[in-house]
Amino acid sequence: MQDPQKIIEVKHLVKNYGKFRAVDNVSFDVYQGDVFGFLGPNGAGKSTTIRTMLSLISATSGEIKIFGKELNANRREILSEIGCIVEKPDFYKYLSAQKNLEIFARISGKNVPKSKIIEVLEFVGLKGREKDKVLGYSHGMRQRLGIAQTLIHDPKLIILDEPTTGLDPQGIIDIRNLILQLKNERNKTILLSSHILSEIELIANRMVIISKGKTLVQGNVKELLDEEVLLVSFTVDNIEQAKSLITNKFPQAFQSASENQILLHISKDEIPKYNKMFIDENIQVFGIESKRKLEDYFLKLINN
Amino acid sequence: MFLKSTYNEILKIASKPRSYIGIAAITLIISVILLAMWLDGITYISFITAPFEQSLSFTGNILNGNLMAFIILNMLIIHVPLLIAFVTGDLISGEGAMGTIRLLLTKPISRTGILLSKYLAGCFYTLIVLLWMALLSIFVSKFLFGPGDLMVLKSDGLNIIQAQDVGIRFFYGFIVAYLALIMIATLSLTFSCFSDNSIGPIISTMGMIILFTIIGTLDVPVFAKIQPLLFTTHMAAWRSFFEDPIPVEQIRTSIIVLFVHIIGLLGIAIYKFNKKDILS
Repeated sequence: MQDPQKIIEVKHLVKNYGKFRAVDNVSFDVYQGDVFGFLGPNGAGKSTTIRTMLSLISATSGEIKIFGKELNANRREILSEIGCIVEKPDFYKYLSAQKNLEIFARISGKNVPKSKIIEVLEFVGLKGREKDKVLGYSHGMRQRLGIAQTLIHDPKLIILDEPTTGLDPQGIIDIRNLILQLKNERNKTILLSSHILSEIELIANRMVIISKGKTLVQGNVKELLDEEVLLVSFTVDNIEQAKSLITNKFPQAFQSASENQILLHISKDEIPKYNKMFIDENIQVFGIESKRKLEDYFLKLINN
Repeated sequence: MFLKSTYNEILKIASKPRSYIGIAAITLIISVILLAMWLDGITYISFITAPFEQSLSFTGNILNGNLMAFIILNMLIIHVPLLIAFVTGDLISGEGAMGTIRLLLTKPISRTGILLSKYLAGCFYTLIVLLWMALLSIFVSKFLFGPGDLMVLKSDGLNIIQAQDVGIRFFYGFIVAYLALIMIATLSLTFSCFSDNSIGPIISTMGMIILFTIIGTLDVPVFAKIQPLLFTTHMAAWRSFFEDPIPVEQIRTSIIVLFVHIIGLLGIAIYKFNKKDILS
């Protein structure tokens, strides 16, 4: 089988603002068909990296190739195949959603028929509101319109910078479902930056984590997480006995204990062993739950 | 792509409420002037003609449409730059303030292309404002006050221009006035490239006009050398078409100075806009 094509190649990217280094030697690759998670705490350099990839800001040094072509030398050709939301989707508030999309379609580098605009508005659930001025749109509706805007010219690559920021839980679910639809139904390659780690875990197949402008780790989400120690919660009938057992035999695994739950820091493979140990000691186990995998992994990485 | 982008920019200007403030203001000011002249124009004219009445005899319709148009243009040419800057100063910085600049600059069109399409749209808006001013000041004035010879008051006397000569002088006058307003549009667009809010470029443009006007009118030897180079010195060059004989050389100099300013400022704007990191 042929290796998937590299869509984005970022090599040793550096961006300085005066003496401050916002991006420090960041490198990562995004392959065709990826939903690529771009993770990092606030101020890590995610937005700066994305803005550099979209030629909104100039890099101090480093190389960016998109679709195998150097960005600065092929800017127009590359941008005609990218749809993006940078930070938040801002539109001309005095115009309707449809007029906004018409404006951006006109300079998208492709001939976009009006029917396509109606189609993408329907896809994001804004049909019926397309004639309303954006001024009256909620934040969630603007995010949907932002996604519609990324799709009007049918690009190969979609870059979404923090697309769920400021949304309510239902809005987050809606946007997440839209992104999954883009991948599954439209075969788009998506680069998604987000500080909502569970979201990356749910959506992305590959990811990079950056902190203080530096790349910490990149790779397949499942592989990266499976190698890691999990936080596993056992719901038991005798919490004191369970706590005593763990602190005596495996103190390094103990995290905390509550009314009927003991939280252990163990690997996935160790779960059956600990379960058996509780049962052998006549401690009834009512439930096992591993949680906060990525958050824990993420925090561990950036704290290190 | 450039034409499509220019069409977009004209559409945006036409859709913004602020674009109509200038046109509404011009309509209101001209209406007030015409009404005042309609009610008591004779008294106003007598102030002008009084010093000459002992040596000259005035006959015919002195308070005519041509005179009204000339008075209106003299009054408005001071205020129109503000109305122009109100729109053109917002062309780049307004996109920055709204956040739409991010989206706009991720489209496959060069930054120079975006800037020039905005500039072209700004020039088109300036033309519309000027044409509206011409329509109201010349045609409505003539409709209300009728035709007649144009009496132009000068510091050393009166200049009477025959009615049949006035039209062509207004035509050339408007072309030079348009060039002066384009200069203002270029200045505010340049300031707009340095700012992320809409107010800054408008205030900066007006500030510069006021400063240069003061320098231009101060009779101080130290300013004498730079006065001919200031764009404000040449903004009223349109008035030279109402002199006899027409000072062609002086008008040509004014046109060159305004053109040099326009090209220089546009160069600065293109350079700045291309180098600008979009952080908003």
